[in-house]
Amino acid sequence: MRYSIFNLVRQAFSRHSGWTPAWREAAPKATYDVIIIGGGGHGLATAYYLAKVHGLSRVAVLEKRYIGSGNAGRNTTIIRSNYLLPGNLPFYEFSMTLWERLEQELNYNAMVSQRGVLNLFHSDAQRDAFARRGNAMRLHGVDAELLNAAAVRRMAPFLDFDTARFPIHGGLLQRRGGSARHDAVVWGYARAANALGVDIIQNCEVTGFIREAGRVAGVETTRGEIRAAKTGMAVAGNTSRIARMAGLRLPIESHVLQAFVTEAIKPLIPGVITFGAGHFYISQSDKGGLVFGGDLDGYNSYAQRGNLPMVENVCEEGMALIPAMGRVRMLRSWGGVMDMSMDGSPIIDRAPIEGLYLNGGWCYGGFKATPASGWCFAHLMARDEPHEVARAYRLSRFATGHIVDEKGVGAQPNLH
Amino acid sequence: MRIQCPFCGERESGEFAYFGDADHHQNFNSPDAQTQSFEAVYLRDNPAGPHNELWYHSFGCRSWLRVTRDTRTHEILAVGLAKRNPI
Repeated sequence: MRYSIFNLVRQAFSRHSGWTPAWREAAPKATYDVIIIGGGGHGLATAYYLAKVHGLSRVAVLEKRYIGSGNAGRNTTIIRSNYLLPGNLPFYEFSMTLWERLEQELNYNAMVSQRGVLNLFHSDAQRDAFARRGNAMRLHGVDAELLNAAAVRRMAPFLDFDTARFPIHGGLLQRRGGSARHDAVVWGYARAANALGVDIIQNCEVTGFIREAGRVAGVETTRGEIRAAKTGMAVAGNTSRIARMAGLRLPIESHVLQAFVTEAIKPLIPGVITFGAGHFYISQSDKGGLVFGGDLDGYNSYAQRGNLPMVENVCEEGMALIPAMGRVRMLRSWGGVMDMSMDGSPIIDRAPIEGLYLNGGWCYGGFKATPASGWCFAHLMARDEPHEVARAYRLSRFATGHIVDEKGVGAQPNLH
Repeated sequence: MRIQCPFCGERESGEFAYFGDADHHQNFNSPDAQTQSFEAVYLRDNPAGPHNELWYHSFGCRSWLRVTRDTRTHEILAVGLAKRNPI
């Protein structure tokens, strides 16, 4: 059923008894053209674009729990394309253009809100670095503005500007950045993919791959064998675990990243603000809670929960940036498992085994990439060639030295 | 998460710095040294379960420790000095 003002009015007369489920509960069939492992944003987006752009309808999305129960429901919902490197900028800007028309495309309110992403700088050297990044963005057709301290003060007067330790000198602003409602993105893609005939199979965990004549011919799951000519992985956080079932060893470590939300308060923070003297980002949800996070805990983890030293560290950064935060109570903190690749950039490529395709290594930047990741992975799986804007994300780049290291810290995944 | 340092006793993890997988080896004299080097720098087993890793007690005795820890639960299974099990 299409969501529109007319249908809303029509349903109002029947006491809203006529709404149908947004997607059907599918049982696994014996064969498909394409199987996507992982019912998060990336997997569902891939299935949607496979059906929509490439005309494949025999597509299944396998999810071990319920859709959106992994990192799609654990992120801080920030969307932006303020990157520096030529390998990254076109991809994330493509993603931003897909975000801008996502709701019309999916006929679903994903609450995409372009309220701006402001990266603060605190020294002359950092101003130079941010000016360089802003120039790189503008050269690629991405909007960027370098603000001085007075302009930042007009936008966000509640920041602590004049501390001796981290004085705020200004910020790099991307006005088209902002946030979106993460669960709605998952549900919107699921509903739209379902409408095009995609089977969304929940509570179906992959336990192994079917290998035939040296190629992957499908998967073994807790709900039986499912065969397909092509199998794609979109299981960031668990990419190493699933790839190991196919005998692969990848340039990825799994790390825990924590996020936090406070009680709801009246509108305070206009967009997304990041602290340049550490690693801290904050925005305010539509419900009013301050949503924020910082660095990885720093050790390998699949536990989906972190430890207290990082809680203390993130809260200290928050207090250094916004002293008024000390007056609100923190409601919840949680952890997600990040696919930390060795250069901090993702992998969208064919696996070294025929019939298997990789989408992973999203580090902690996977949410903003959801639409482009789905688009490019669908392109790769349907046509067996990388999409133009995802050419840099080859698995072979680690062996050939063509790494895409945005932060420039080398092969140390807990620093990306 | 607390780590039982052989010198300092049980200390919270914030005192330690993490250096990752303790089990990647490379032999620079081997004929396939280039492949070994690539694998040691980039490829990881990344297990969900017991994981051998290096921790540095930076806010304590400054020793390098070889810790076996379950990555699913953060439970510390064994701690020893890194030099007794050279990497």
